[in-house]
Amino acid sequence: MNNLKTDPNKLKNEEMILNMGPQHPSMHGVLRLELVTDGETVKECIPHIGYLHRCFEKHAEALNYQQIIPFVDRMDYISSMNNDHVFVMGVEKMLGIDQTIPKRVEYIRVLVCELNRIASHLIAIGTYGMDIGAVTPFFFCFKEREHILNLLEWASGARLLYNYIWIGGLFYDLPIGFEQRCSEFLTQFKPKMRELDELLTNNSIFISRTQNIGVLPLDVAINYGCSGPMLRGSGINYDLRRIDGYSVYPELDFEIPIGAGKMGTTGDCWDRFDVRVREISESIKIAEQCIERLTKELKRSPEFDPRAKLPKKLIPKAQEFYCRGEMPKGELGYYFIADGKSDKPFRCKARAASFSNLSVLPELAKGAMIADLIAILGSIDIVLGEVDR
Amino acid sequence: MNEKISHLIKESFGEQAVISTDFSGLQGTIVVQTNLIADICLLLRNHPTCYFDYLSCLSGVDLGLEKNQFAVVYHLSSITLGYQIVLKVIIDHPRDTPQLPIVPTVSQVWRTADWHEREAYDLLGIYFEGHPDLRRILCPDDWEGYALRKDYVAAESYGGLKINGEVKTNE
Repeated sequence: MNNLKTDPNKLKNEEMILNMGPQHPSMHGVLRLELVTDGETVKECIPHIGYLHRCFEKHAEALNYQQIIPFVDRMDYISSMNNDHVFVMGVEKMLGIDQTIPKRVEYIRVLVCELNRIASHLIAIGTYGMDIGAVTPFFFCFKEREHILNLLEWASGARLLYNYIWIGGLFYDLPIGFEQRCSEFLTQFKPKMRELDELLTNNSIFISRTQNIGVLPLDVAINYGCSGPMLRGSGINYDLRRIDGYSVYPELDFEIPIGAGKMGTTGDCWDRFDVRVREISESIKIAEQCIERLTKELKRSPEFDPRAKLPKKLIPKAQEFYCRGEMPKGELGYYFIADGKSDKPFRCKARAASFSNLSVLPELAKGAMIADLIAILGSIDIVLGEVDR
Repeated sequence: MNEKISHLIKESFGEQAVISTDFSGLQGTIVVQTNLIADICLLLRNHPTCYFDYLSCLSGVDLGLEKNQFAVVYHLSSITLGYQIVLKVIIDHPRDTPQLPIVPTVSQVWRTADWHEREAYDLLGIYFEGHPDLRRILCPDDWEGYALRKDYVAAESYGGLKINGEVKTNE
């Protein structure tokens, strides 16, 4: 056996090394966990990542800003719109055109991002149920997600990797009839969320599998740089959409769900799960407000061109900028260094939410049972495309 | 606030601790002495005026072949007070030096730094002194070279297998 961090010769008598992954559905991609176990108890957990490393940062140094967007799509491939949005915001801020973006463009961006957020959370919820043995919610969630993917495909032409939000504008305006079909979807989707609550969130088997498991205290969460539902599940009201107030989020009315230890200790797996479920309802609220504005004061007009503000010359001044935003998994940040001469970034580092969220796993896994480890990992909601970049 | 933080560092570690400051851009940057970075971070995390409890991002940077310098950039933010600041250390490092550039670790201040420093070590070859577990994280353990350095030449083969095709850029 090689590629182990633990030395097998130094194990105690009752200890055993167990290799989990990289090829297993409950590893959410290609994550490999090296476990030192004592019977059913995990003594140590060492994640090995990098199986999906595609050198995003190296590629970014050879491409201009507009060309990087398809690469950004492929980082967290189930919420591409959100990745694009943060990236585009950063570049626009560096160019100094962030105040000139038309309102309609901003509202469309937020609308598609929130739809994508719902889709991402539906995957998190569905696969989490499946991880701990409930297969029905998986199909239930994927059925609804399919509607969202169809809508986004209609707008952008792609099912998952959209390349829809461009620097200074959009690929195209929304297709005619999009707003109506979208609100029809939201109307039929809302009661489905209540069904999901009955099916999974308040299911006593599910609760007993997740309550008091993987408790993440708030100070540990902050120290490990956790963000998104991970951090909010531990009971802090911290959402960058509210803190930074970027795009048109300050004009929208939504709440930030936080974990309160309803089923046990604050910061357990159930809390994190519940934050995601309630965030879906908030995203529905945001999407409805966006649609209302897009059909009333920001109505489509034949003169409106979402590409009108696209910069002809895309060369930012020499500067450094760290742009952050809230994606479904947490804080996504891009650190740009522009040299002021070329249209390519000198350095473009991505701070992925899943990367930092996953780094807390060894802490949570210590002393847990192996079956609970799967429950903990599922509640972190990682996407390996983003962890490895 | 930026001025206050820079003043706080100077007050605690002497005038020479802060090498330069730049508060004109979008985000305030303070360049500090490399050997003091861990102590400065600990101070900024614990001090009641700033309370930077959250390390957003830690990135290693190769500043180019002409400069022969490496940098490590720390993006701190305070959840309680809502401030952000950028700390930076710059290390001179001629290309032909066999050793890696050395920076003290901050992983004991924020655990976030643990994996981020491993990533900087993996991709840029910056050695973080005192790091508990400095191994490669994204590339395989037996990978040669540091991919994000500006003078990196793409490997021709790995594990006995040839890597086909030239690495093309859009120049």
